[in-house]
Amino acid sequence: MLDAIFRAFAGLGAGFLHMHWSNPVMIAIGCVLLYLGVKKGFEPLLLVPIGFGCILVNVPTAGLMERDGFLRVIYDAGIMTELFPLLIFVGIGAMTDFGPLLDNPATFLLGAAGQFGIFLTLALALVLGFNELDAVSIGIIGACDGPTAIYVTSKYAPHLLGAVSVAAYSYMSLVPVIQPPIMRILTTKKERETVMKASTQSVSRTAKLLFPLVITILGGFIAPKGLPLLGTIMLGNFMRESGVVTRLAKASENEIANVVTLLLGISIGATMDGRIFFKFQTLIVLALGFFAICLDTACGVLLGKVMYVLTGGKINPLIGAAGISAFPMSARVVQKEGLKYCKRSYLLMHAMGANAGGQVGSVMAAAVMLSILTGMGIIP
Amino acid sequence: MDKFTFAVTMLIAGMGGTILTLGFMSLIMIVLKKIFPLKSEKKPQSNS
Repeated sequence: MLDAIFRAFAGLGAGFLHMHWSNPVMIAIGCVLLYLGVKKGFEPLLLVPIGFGCILVNVPTAGLMERDGFLRVIYDAGIMTELFPLLIFVGIGAMTDFGPLLDNPATFLLGAAGQFGIFLTLALALVLGFNELDAVSIGIIGACDGPTAIYVTSKYAPHLLGAVSVAAYSYMSLVPVIQPPIMRILTTKKERETVMKASTQSVSRTAKLLFPLVITILGGFIAPKGLPLLGTIMLGNFMRESGVVTRLAKASENEIANVVTLLLGISIGATMDGRIFFKFQTLIVLALGFFAICLDTACGVLLGKVMYVLTGGKINPLIGAAGISAFPMSARVVQKEGLKYCKRSYLLMHAMGANAGGQVGSVMAAAVMLSILTGMGIIP
Repeated sequence: MDKFTFAVTMLIAGMGGTILTLGFMSLIMIVLKKIFPLKSEKKPQSNS
């Protein structure tokens, strides 16, 4: 009987008995993510479920990510099928006003330059010894776009999903810290003081409605592999601009996006099992992700400088930094930075254009990359 | 294919492909704005 009582008490402390050294470390990391989300307000909608998922999966013997564990069921249903990032994209499309981008289509190019970090980081990852598909997944952190990073990584390098998605979302939330120093280093005071002409918002409803349709068809034919990403974001935007399915558009940007964000976040957190996550490789992925976002910002600002020269000083190069996909945070950073140097400088709408271009740009960059990989025979 | 060839191909085709695609899309947008300018549209009637 004493033996039975002893075994019963041993069962109560099973979690402690089976603890691996990495589990408490990862629980601490989960708590840091919760702290950043709750106290600092860094992407709380994602960092809170990710942090909590990280804590849950690091409790030994609970088996939440084992077969039939509830986190495994969510992960298999939404991440492995690529459904969650795509549903999020419908919501993003429904939330985004591409008006500022259509108002000044040249800012599309800033959205392209803001993706160069993807390809430069990919090359660096190859130099550091990663294989082709791992390098592609690491480079995609530079899209500064969580759902795109998750879509590509879950498909081609699922073992890196935890590190890549945590890097993508964490750095996205740190855009206000990462971008300003790079913007200051690469521009002169005179360039930063450039006052841009007020945006006219001269876009007709028909043009706004045709935009998602044309981009889907055109982008789909150019890079068919990225059509799920492009098609879903443009479907959301078409619903928004059509004005006839307000309920669907509202549901996509609110209820559906909220539920999927919760499930997506907790699934990503669930990939952060200490025994798998704690590798030197993870640290390299995090470092490369940071490098990718710095490069994106630098390339965007540098193209902004080229446009400044070509237009005879009519474009403030700072808006180039908004050519990434962190929408609308990056545009706000540009506006704040511009106001520091000239109180009459209202860059927000111009930066919003570049930022919306960055959103389309990140999706197109991923689509182009996947189509090139298909063309080279690396993926089917 | 060796890693060097892969990296260079991705850099050229990736960066070039992205900027060409988005450049082409911006041209299409300019054309769309020309075909459907703002002034040609009637203001929607208010129900209130």
